[in-house]
Amino acid sequence: MGSQGGFGQSKEFLDLVKSIGEARSKSEEDRIVLHEIEMLKRRINEPDIPKRKMKEYIIRLVYIEMLGHDASFGYIHAVKMTHDDSLLLKRTGYLAVTLFLNEDHDLIILIVNTIQKDLKSDNYLVVCAALNAVCKLINEETIPAVIQQVVELLGHPKEGVRKKAVMALHSFYQRSPSSVNHLVSSFQKKLCDNDPGVMGATLFPLYDLITIDVNLYKDLVVSFVNILKQVAERRLPKSYDYHQTPAPFIQIKLLKILALLGSGDKRSSEHMYTVIGDIMRKSDTTSNIGNAILYECICCISSIQSSPKLLETAADAIAKFLKSDSHNLKYMGIDALGRLIRLSPEIAEQHQLAVIDCLEDPDDTLKRKTFELLYKMTKSSNVEVIVDRMIDYMISINDSHYKTETASRCVELAEQFAPSNHWFIQTMNKVFQHAGDLVNPKVAHNLMRLIAEGFGEDDDTADSQLRSSAVESYLQIVDQPKLPSAFLQVICWVLGEYGTADGKYSASYISGKLCDAAEAHSDDDIVKAYAVTALMKVYSFEKAAGRKFNLLPECQSLLEELSASHSSDLQQRAYEFQAILDLDANAIENIMPLDASCEDIEIDKSLSFLDSYVHKSLEEGAEPYIPEHERSGTLSISNMGNQNQYDTSSHSLRFEAYEVPKPVIPIGIPAPISYPTELVPLPEPSYQRDVQPIASLGPVSDAGSTGLKLRLDGVQKKWGKPTYSSAASSSTSNSDSHRTTVSGATQPDTVVSKSRESSSYDSSSRRQPHVEVSEEKQKLAASLFGGTSSRSEKKQSGGTAAGGGGHSKVSRVSNHTEEKVRPTTTVVQPPPPDLLDLAEPTGTMSSSSSVIDPFKQLEGLLDMSEDGITATPSNGPDLMSLYSENGQNLNQNTILNEKDDPSSENTTKRTASLTKGPSLKDALNKDALVRQMGVNPTSQNPNLFSDLLG
Amino acid sequence: MIRAVIVMNDQGKPRLVKFYEHQPVEKQQEIIRSIYGVLCSRAENVSNFVQADSTFGPDTRLVYKTFATLYFIVIFDDSENELAILDLMQVFVETLDKCFSNVCELDIVFNFNKVHTILDEIILGGQVIEMSSSEVVKAVDGISWLEKNPNSIIRVPKSISGWQGR
Repeated sequence: MGSQGGFGQSKEFLDLVKSIGEARSKSEEDRIVLHEIEMLKRRINEPDIPKRKMKEYIIRLVYIEMLGHDASFGYIHAVKMTHDDSLLLKRTGYLAVTLFLNEDHDLIILIVNTIQKDLKSDNYLVVCAALNAVCKLINEETIPAVIQQVVELLGHPKEGVRKKAVMALHSFYQRSPSSVNHLVSSFQKKLCDNDPGVMGATLFPLYDLITIDVNLYKDLVVSFVNILKQVAERRLPKSYDYHQTPAPFIQIKLLKILALLGSGDKRSSEHMYTVIGDIMRKSDTTSNIGNAILYECICCISSIQSSPKLLETAADAIAKFLKSDSHNLKYMGIDALGRLIRLSPEIAEQHQLAVIDCLEDPDDTLKRKTFELLYKMTKSSNVEVIVDRMIDYMISINDSHYKTETASRCVELAEQFAPSNHWFIQTMNKVFQHAGDLVNPKVAHNLMRLIAEGFGEDDDTADSQLRSSAVESYLQIVDQPKLPSAFLQVICWVLGEYGTADGKYSASYISGKLCDAAEAHSDDDIVKAYAVTALMKVYSFEKAAGRKFNLLPECQSLLEELSASHSSDLQQRAYEFQAILDLDANAIENIMPLDASCEDIEIDKSLSFLDSYVHKSLEEGAEPYIPEHERSGTLSISNMGNQNQYDTSSHSLRFEAYEVPKPVIPIGIPAPISYPTELVPLPEPSYQRDVQPIASLGPVSDAGSTGLKLRLDGVQKKWGKPTYSSAASSSTSNSDSHRTTVSGATQPDTVVSKSRESSSYDSSSRRQPHVEVSEEKQKLAASLFGGTSSRSEKKQSGGTAAGGGGHSKVSRVSNHTEEKVRPTTTVVQPPPPDLLDLAEPTGTMSSSSSVIDPFKQLEGLLDMSEDGITATPSNGPDLMSLYSENGQNLNQNTILNEKDDPSSENTTKRTASLTKGPSLKDALNKDALVRQMGVNPTSQNPNLFSDLLG
Repeated sequence: MIRAVIVMNDQGKPRLVKFYEHQPVEKQQEIIRSIYGVLCSRAENVSNFVQADSTFGPDTRLVYKTFATLYFIVIFDDSENELAILDLMQVFVETLDKCFSNVCELDIVFNFNKVHTILDEIILGGQVIEMSSSEVVKAVDGISWLEKNPNSIIRVPKSISGWQGR
């Protein structure tokens, strides 16, 4: 407190701060501040205020604005203060304007002149103050006014000024990249500045430039590596050390830059191996900053084309992070794991328990990060557990931003990896129930489409099972209060379309539920519209099937209410409903065909059904239709005189409607292929909006509306993913189709059944009450990582009968190993895949499968032997070990399958070992060169960078 | 880049607010309030990091640290390193401590213009330009000495001649 008087604040200011500090409530504080504002407004405009007084007023203005009150009445005085000659006042003025004004404020123009003058000042502190302001206040338009001066300051004798000049140019770059395009070479030159601080500052603009276009800066890789090497070798003056770590921020920035430069570039990456390895070895893991650099190294390793050795070091470092007690380090570890897992998925397994711990940690940040990691490592074998967890988490949080994010991730994972349609629908129900208003409306349409299309064209019984299970689940849910609108729309649509399809529920029961839904959500017009259309379908199907039915009284009253609705759409639907009910059964069957939501509606664009009518009219003397191109020809001749006028008129009149029929009329019926291509690209949301107007056109188009909602056949089938692809798709599994589809299609029998077994078995085991928490965790880990620490397997088998059953079954399979399984799978197998087609994961997917690829079989053997090593210490050679062996095998295989290229691991290993020799030699040579050229590290002001970079 | 540095007390009263991308006053208050809400709900012995993408856009984080009655908060994007920022706050506080000898909340309230000066020496334009608290102290001392002795510019180079040694 001793220094508070030293800055010359008056008693008034002290009193103000004090009274605000003592204010009991926000309103009391506001009153004090408003009073202060009133007083300042009055005083600040008095003539001849002493400068010292004015400075204090400005500081008070800054203070009240920090408290959230408007101080704009005093901005002009702050601007004036920047003109002052006294450094103290000038700096106060600059401070105030940088806090008050944004770069587009009107007053900026008044400051530019002052800044220009100050940049020329002899006093470098004035220059620094001006540069501080430049960083904040100069916008795109004013850059030209100062840029020349700032560039000149790059040669200023004071390193502090040079540093700030670089930062000012960086801020110019951020505002308007084109304004500093010609300065890129100066940035590169500044990299060789005598002062390491200036060099460090230069890294910021270079980082941004490299982010934009990596390829332009590949030649700097060696320079950056050299700089990093020297920094890490403590060639910088001691004053750059922080807790014995040399220039940590420079190291971090350099590592970030190297990560960008080495990404996907083997040659550049190789330059970096030595220095990264050195830094990691030397890093001080006891200090925070040491770990920061270590983490940055891991990020860099996961970004560049790394060597196996570096990956190993990174994995070790991650293990240390995760084992740490510090939440911060765990967080970094989880984050790093998420980065590295793309390269070597197997490292996740060693850390499964640590990850589970983080998942259950009270720290929300850590939990979120862990979910992010799980999201990245989801595959079909663990999707159920992960999505379950995510949904639980989603329910538990209130923050709508993260709720939305988690919900959309659940949906994405479910769509991508769903093991069964039933599970998919159950999952979607949960997501919709708890976050329905937050998910993308497209998701609702996808769900409807899935229910309508079902498993595939061939399996009708499965389709109807799916539908009835959906109907059943919806009938249970629909009565719940507070369902999100999007979910209700799906429910209404499904109940209308399939509610009565299996005959389990009567039309009156379904329609009663629909009426209830419409009534319970009377303020939601869209739900009501869906409900009334669903009702119409239910009754139409009844009538078309020739069954007798009575309109429920509540349905009748709903119709009456809607006929008088303010919404014309609802009115229209209600009247259509009544009109359709009056038709005879035959007509209704045509208008409302059963289960036809997936059928394409054919549009006869040539309007051929009008041919006879046209013919008749022509015979009766009507004028024939002249196609447009002929017409425009005559028009242009007749309008030769006033060409301009014709031009404008043609612009204003040539609407699309004229264009479309042009090819149709002369050619005739359009090719059927053109039809889906024209419809599919329609953006989904607008499509939905279109539905209602179309639906209200009349009975004919109403049948269209039911079809329209679902005519998405041309769209890529998102959930057509691995495990449940039908036989039909397996027969057509081309190498160009999606990878996962292929993998699912080729081995539907073995893996699907296994994964189902294991999943049912997971859930059964989870239901078991366990005394040990860790045991539960291990199980969770096993299901998450598809992994199998053999110990946990053993316990599970002892625990549950169902589990035991699952075991014996699986272990039997494993007993017979390849010979046994191969024949069973070959039945389903398509012809052996092209060996060169690496994208075909079949071979590795199941060591037990049939691919006749010697390499892959070898791999399988390797896996087995590895597993044997890990499995034997923990338990004896019994059935369980066999199972666990198989389990691990499966698991490893699925991991391999995760990769784009199943054999990539081996190939990279091989190539790496091949290149190891030369690269080492290279590195040694380089090292020698560096030593030759490097300057004496003890010199006071080493000219390191210019020497090295030339 | 660093988006903002905020110092507030455990009552949620802002003591220092610096946004490196301009935010209107109302938005600033909203951000301060929401941050305070988040920080209050954090238990002890948890990490110092919070994801901030709901207020600052994707991939932004917030690092906070408590010193006595004050929260020090830095908000930044993915071009910075959480652990390093945590140490940067340590540097900031150490520097404050050196400048105010045993800094307390009141020092920061009453001298927030000096605190801004210190901060400007550490972070400029959202980038960290200095990590050594003794260097910052030297620079700040040089400035305040010159502010108090406006006529003795000649002596300035001497008083900061130590800079040459770096």
